[in-house]
Amino acid sequence: MNFPILSSIIFIPLLGSIFILLSRSQDNNSSAINVSLFTGFVNFFLSLFLWHSFDNQISDFQFIEESNWINGFIKFKLGVDGISILFIVLTAFITPLCLISCINSVKFRVKEFLIAILILETLMIGVFCSLDLVIFYLFFEAGLIPMFLIIGIWGGPKRVYSAFKFFLYTLLGSVLMLVAILAIYWITGTTDVVQIYEIKIPKEYQNLLWLAFFSSFAVKMPMWPVHTWLPDAHVEAPTAGSVILAAILLKMAGYGFLRFSIPMFPVASEFFVPLIYTLSIIAIIYASLVALMQDDMKKLIAYSSVAHMGYVTLGIFTFTQQGLEGSVFQMISHGLISAALFLCVGVIYDRVHSRLISSYGGIVNFMPKYAFLFMIFVLGALGLPGTSGFLGEFLVLVGAFQRNSLVAVIASVGVVLGAAYMLWLAKRVIFGETKNNLIKTLKDLNFSETSILSILAITVILLGFYPELLMETMTISIKNLINNYNSDLVFHLTKIQ
Amino acid sequence: MINNLNILLPEIFLSLSIFSILLIGVFTKNSYNLVNKLCLVVLLVTIIILINNNQSIEIKIFSGIFIKDPFSSFIKILILISSIFVLVSSQTFIKDNKIDKFEYPIIILLSILGMFFMVSSNDLILFYLGLELQSLSLYILASIDRDNMRSSEAGIKYFVLSALSSGLLLYGCSLLYGFSGSTNFNVIASELNSNNIGLVYAMVFVLVGLAFKISAVPFHMWTPDVYEGAPTSITSFFAVAPKVAGLAVLIRFMQVPFGNIMSEWQAILIFISIASMILGAVAAIGQSNIKRLMAYSSIGHIGYALAGVATGTTNGYISSIVYISIYVVMNIGAFSCIYLMKKDGKYTEEIKDLSGISKKHPLIAFAFLIILFSLAGIPPLGGFFAKFYVFMSVVENEMYMLAIIGLLTTVISAFYYLRIIKTIYFDELTKPFDQIKNFNIYITVFLSCTILATFFLYPSSLNNIVSNIFIN
Repeated sequence: MNFPILSSIIFIPLLGSIFILLSRSQDNNSSAINVSLFTGFVNFFLSLFLWHSFDNQISDFQFIEESNWINGFIKFKLGVDGISILFIVLTAFITPLCLISCINSVKFRVKEFLIAILILETLMIGVFCSLDLVIFYLFFEAGLIPMFLIIGIWGGPKRVYSAFKFFLYTLLGSVLMLVAILAIYWITGTTDVVQIYEIKIPKEYQNLLWLAFFSSFAVKMPMWPVHTWLPDAHVEAPTAGSVILAAILLKMAGYGFLRFSIPMFPVASEFFVPLIYTLSIIAIIYASLVALMQDDMKKLIAYSSVAHMGYVTLGIFTFTQQGLEGSVFQMISHGLISAALFLCVGVIYDRVHSRLISSYGGIVNFMPKYAFLFMIFVLGALGLPGTSGFLGEFLVLVGAFQRNSLVAVIASVGVVLGAAYMLWLAKRVIFGETKNNLIKTLKDLNFSETSILSILAITVILLGFYPELLMETMTISIKNLINNYNSDLVFHLTKIQ
Repeated sequence: MINNLNILLPEIFLSLSIFSILLIGVFTKNSYNLVNKLCLVVLLVTIIILINNNQSIEIKIFSGIFIKDPFSSFIKILILISSIFVLVSSQTFIKDNKIDKFEYPIIILLSILGMFFMVSSNDLILFYLGLELQSLSLYILASIDRDNMRSSEAGIKYFVLSALSSGLLLYGCSLLYGFSGSTNFNVIASELNSNNIGLVYAMVFVLVGLAFKISAVPFHMWTPDVYEGAPTSITSFFAVAPKVAGLAVLIRFMQVPFGNIMSEWQAILIFISIASMILGAVAAIGQSNIKRLMAYSSIGHIGYALAGVATGTTNGYISSIVYISIYVVMNIGAFSCIYLMKKDGKYTEEIKDLSGISKKHPLIAFAFLIILFSLAGIPPLGGFFAKFYVFMSVVENEMYMLAIIGLLTTVISAFYYLRIIKTIYFDELTKPFDQIKNFNIYITVFLSCTILATFFLYPSSLNNIVSNIFIN
């Protein structure tokens, strides 16, 4: 196939944003909105087409595109395997929903907002497509600029502090990764990921390089104790910003572990398993406890994200088929559910202008449609069987039991805590007494809100009942990842003797 | 002889034009406009001569004191191009501030002539003469706004400190001559080795003088005051052309006369580089004046450029030159944006005056955004690639500490660039800028932003050109 489908998916949003930039300024920004929606949906259908034509029986990278970029040593190389394609589809799926949601919620500088979201889409898809470390770093870092602006311009009252914290935390984490990338180039002579897999980085370098990559991914993930930027960023970001942040930006780190840390540094990955387990367990238990005590809804969901990401790292570093599949599934499912929860919060925030749990209560009497959908996502987030949230956590725990039963037992406690804070949230917001008179005047969801949330709810339930949809795409790639990991480990450990 | 003159043609043409333009300036009234245009023509013609004369071989003339190689030609063209943009974009500013004297462009030309001799020198005497011609012109330029206290103060300050550093430099030169018996770079290079303590001693003095000229820590004290005091148009010239020339001479010194004692100067350069990066990042945080902030930012940037030189390899020198070229583009853009900061008929330099301008002037704000993110080194803008190449060569030589400290300081310096962006985009609008109807400023800003924003499409193009200028 000669049609450069990956480049198209990456650059169509950028093209769309240029058109928006050139579009006429009108009071209602209708042309900008139309262009952005058109771009978003075209990209979504292209990504579906990509998924459809993806051959899930092959473990190699597919749709590879290569062209010279920096003469002599760096190629602009793109390609997807069974793991990254799911994230591309997720990105292309979430972005149009964000675009629809911001028609209602963004009140000023709509044009700029749409441009920022579309540029962000370009960069996020670029991250998941790139098969070269430098290209990956480029997309990974460039995403900071639009997100910084989204939080800073359209955010809440403490937006400046949050935007700075977000930017500087992430940048600090990533610069060490840049040093590591340069070091890898001088060690192996290439930054092409596929070639590095084959060359195999010598054992003695691996630990330091792994830590450098870890510093970047741990901040982005976010793992305890460098998670503190996330609640701030989520609370202050506008709804669409929170959605993208939770649904996609956080997944870059998990994807980075899968694509770079494990296959490139198998010995170091094995070596640092205790560290990862400890941090994951702390994240799961600690973040859940903190989430219990939050009185701000967005902050609660942000801490629940930290806990859910704890399962993801735990699952990735079990190096078992179940654990890895569970992690990927958990990332996709969290992408859908947390996006939906932030959208739900955004819906009532637009009406009441408060994020405090105490200002709500008894919404079910006045917004039945909303209450129904919100409950689906709450149940999804706590991992009820039948929703996508269950399977990810379950598989991760199955994987963890094979490696270390103590860790798995402690992590299971997190499931209970998760149920506690999510149900308590639902109880206080959806049910209970209506103390605030403003609630009584609330209108139920309008058409666009209903459709966004319904689409997400259907997807969440569909994945809960038919997980094969994702599993059949990723199984071969993950099997291949684990096989390579095990054989690399044997290769490195037997070489010395 | 005729051949020699042919090689010297750019310099000859430049000096003859300076004298004739000076005559024109003296004998016509209100001649600033005319002189400025003539100077631009002269600069353009000099570029054409340089490009025509460009051969990829090294030619030494006048018993080896003047050298013409692709390296010097490239640096000269870079100096000329940056000066053209500085002259073009600053016209409105100069007229509004009533410093439109005809001497102004001529002195800039004179300092460019000094830089030409500097980068082409292969001999201590010619080097020193070029350096002093450049410096003397710069003292006058710093204080060209005679009736302004701050401008005069900047000129005096610069003169006193610079004279001191020239003295140190000269002392180093005399030591070099005393121990090696020659002022020729190649002879010095063959005489120099680590056992010759006197020459190593001399090297330190020369390095101090050069570090002063490019405002590297710990010889940077003059930079913030002079940047702030001098008129913005002069500051923008200070920020680009002398830095390029100074760095080029530094590379020449490290390559030719000090080539054999790399282990001696490498440690010094690493220290200077790290100190500049840290000071540039930390000291700028507290600044409220944008010119002062640019001064500290330029100190930091020189630190990154020196990190490339400190590797002592050709790759490192290439990355340094690439760095300084992109730095020039960013600074010209940044200062052109500063020319647009005019409120109620007065030019302002305070960062807080930028607050909320994105609502009224989206394009200026967007230009600031690109330039500042590029200065901070965030991909995919040009500034990132500049840092990328430098740290690439630093890591190649396994100087991991330098790379890590350097990249950590980029995070600190990102903070103050972000603060300006915050002022522009997140804060409330106080008062919009006056409309400045000067096409030249906008075209300069546009060009610089376009280069920075599209650099990622062909990131190796500049690198390819620069790697060709190092023939050995």
